[in-house]
Amino acid sequence: MVVFGIGGWTGRAAASQTADMPHDHHDHDHAHALLPPDPALRVKALETVLTRKGLIDPAALEEIIDTYQNRIGPRNGARVVAMAWADPEFHRQLLEDATPVVADLGFFGRQGEHIVAVENTEDVHNMVVCTLCSCYPWPLLGIPPGWYKSDAYRARAVREPRKVLADFGVTLPKETSVRVWDSTAEMRYLVIPRRPEGTDGWSVDDLAALVTRDSMIGTGLAKLPTTPEAPAA
Amino acid sequence: MSLRVHDMGGRLGDGPVRPDPEDAPVFAEDWHGRALAVTLAAGALGQWTLDTSRHARERLSPKDYSRFSYYEKWIAGLADLLVENGVLTRKELMGEVGGTAPHPLAGRMMKADAVAGALARGGPSARDVETDPRFGPGDMVRALRPTGNRMVPGGHTRLPSYAAGARGRILRHHGGHVLPDANAHGLGECPDHLYAVAFPASELWADPENPADEVILDLWQCYLEPA
Repeated sequence: MVVFGIGGWTGRAAASQTADMPHDHHDHDHAHALLPPDPALRVKALETVLTRKGLIDPAALEEIIDTYQNRIGPRNGARVVAMAWADPEFHRQLLEDATPVVADLGFFGRQGEHIVAVENTEDVHNMVVCTLCSCYPWPLLGIPPGWYKSDAYRARAVREPRKVLADFGVTLPKETSVRVWDSTAEMRYLVIPRRPEGTDGWSVDDLAALVTRDSMIGTGLAKLPTTPEAPAA
Repeated sequence: MSLRVHDMGGRLGDGPVRPDPEDAPVFAEDWHGRALAVTLAAGALGQWTLDTSRHARERLSPKDYSRFSYYEKWIAGLADLLVENGVLTRKELMGEVGGTAPHPLAGRMMKADAVAGALARGGPSARDVETDPRFGPGDMVRALRPTGNRMVPGGHTRLPSYAAGARGRILRHHGGHVLPDANAHGLGECPDHLYAVAFPASELWADPENPADEVILDLWQCYLEPA
């Protein structure tokens, strides 16, 4: 196993300077600089060589893409939230130990091995970030949106969450404290947004339609029943 | 201070966050999905851990890390791992055809019908730890200062610099979990107790937005001392 210490920095800086040059410049130490400069071609180059070597199966790639493009997404999390709103016993179990509870609904696996649900109340607003990379509860919310992976969100969410919320059009009362969860380990956090007023007796399906992706990250609130997208109460 | 550019929590000057519409495509470009798929499929060859893979992205040069988009970092990290682990040669990465002999790892290729099972299994990090947890909910702790991998100089760690030396309160014990500082470097899993630790905003920032706000970090016991 190669261990990278400070000694590698000079070499890597040199590599980065040549990364934009034709890929026949290979007298430096960072292998990725050998790939073509265009990102789409870079992926294609890796895919081609790995396929030719019999190390990846093109059909498996299609299966992975289809899974995350079409089968797993924030509707999963919305269902969990709606059930928590509708069923006090489910709510209790979810807050106590979410992993087995969401697994029973079929939501488990890669990047959702350990789930913690945190609930927004009048007093506390929860918000999730991963400052070090982009950890996110894939089985519940799918692949993270672009802004979640952006430098601006990663850098600012921990220092100035209220200003970040303002970028999303959300203003919290001063009396509400903000808890920002920085996902530094393999625990994945799901925010249970506050249930909108005027939704008593609603079905799980109708409730789930009020739950946005951003409300489950904590950068948004659940939709109000009066907005045009919501079902008639 | 932050020694690597990925450790950007609290950094100033990045400008506004620009939210995407809720119905934006999952993959803004076709190659984004392919980058994710190739990375997962290559990971299934079993030559490195998720922690190693994260570290490969983190040790891109600061210049590359900053100019690369998200999936470009993935692809660059993957290319480096493939060569460092002897899966591909530099020449093969440049598109030169190698010999015709089957690749020694070809038997490990993840076929399409194995994808669903592999994604469903994921990679749970919970492990039994023989020792009792040193801390319990309510205990006050201090995060190590300076931050940094204590086993491998310059190595992977998950204690962000902005929390270095900060005093916080144990919120909950998550049980034992694989220690990334070891697992990223082929040193085994070295499971350790993991805690959610709450730090008051006033402990982290000179100019907190609201003194009642908190940042919660998941931190391993070896990142913490009693305070």
